[in-house]
Amino acid sequence: MSDTALFVAVFLACVVEAVEALTIVLAAGTARDWRSALTGVLAGLVTLAVVIAALGPAISSIPMGGLRLFVGGVLLVFGLQWLRKAILRASGHKALHDEAEIYRTELAMAEQATTMRRGSVADWYAFTLSFKGVVLEGLEVAFIALTFGGNQHDIPLAAVAAGSAVLLVTALGLALKAPLAGVPENSMKLVVGIMLTSFGVFWGAEGVGVTWPGSDAALLVLIPATGLYALVLVSLFKRAAPVANPSVPARTVEEVSAS
Amino acid sequence: MTARLRAFGEFWYDFIIGDDWRVALGVALAFVAAFAVGRWTSVPTWWIVPAAVAVLLPTSVRRATRPER
Repeated sequence: MSDTALFVAVFLACVVEAVEALTIVLAAGTARDWRSALTGVLAGLVTLAVVIAALGPAISSIPMGGLRLFVGGVLLVFGLQWLRKAILRASGHKALHDEAEIYRTELAMAEQATTMRRGSVADWYAFTLSFKGVVLEGLEVAFIALTFGGNQHDIPLAAVAAGSAVLLVTALGLALKAPLAGVPENSMKLVVGIMLTSFGVFWGAEGVGVTWPGSDAALLVLIPATGLYALVLVSLFKRAAPVANPSVPARTVEEVSAS
Repeated sequence: MTARLRAFGEFWYDFIIGDDWRVALGVALAFVAAFAVGRWTSVPTWWIVPAAVAVLLPTSVRRATRPER
């Protein structure tokens, strides 16, 4: 149960973030310079690898009780952020994430920016756009994979889930040479939020000494209950929602760190 | 240098805490409450964190849907 949940949560979170990063890289490469954009991707992946290499052993060295509290706390705070945004989007209070529209916006911005060479990078704008896209979108997934995997003592499984998601999205992106607008990102974000919140509640509470009725089987109640509650909130907040403007992009890379 | 440190701090604050600091504070308080009740009473504590989430989530969404003053 927990291994499957670990795989599903990390895989879905990674697909969502990889789709967003792909949109940014496609815009940088198409509008500017593919070589600089791909150098930015490589630099971003190296940065993420350094972060993971530094944090992985640190997380693994935390004693079990402390680990559950730390992991539970981080997952719960992350999960509630994901759920909050997913509920706001599903209820019409926030524009739905539209990769096609974000791509057009990024493309227009990239086409207007001036070209500047720095060192061996021919187009600094394309490089930094791709780099920021990969690092900012990847950092949260790295945290989710490390905390989930660390707590389950199965970081390799989390890495396989993350890696297969990135490979899948990259392969689809290469095949289509277009942003993956057909991926149901908004629904996937809701599912990830439900999983992170449920596991955050479970592990965080265990970390402060709570004994769950039914032990691990409590998750079989917690996950559907959280999902049901989220859907009820979507329905309640939908009633008071303004008419959403679907043409407004959810965010561009410049807004990622501010969202 | 100060500006860079400030930007670094702001990035991590935004990354961990997010848009609504009250949610992170509420989660921390729920953990403290579950620990304290479990430590000093014989009352079951498994319901405390889910109950906190049941309150924190709608109030956070409600705050986000309120028009800015």
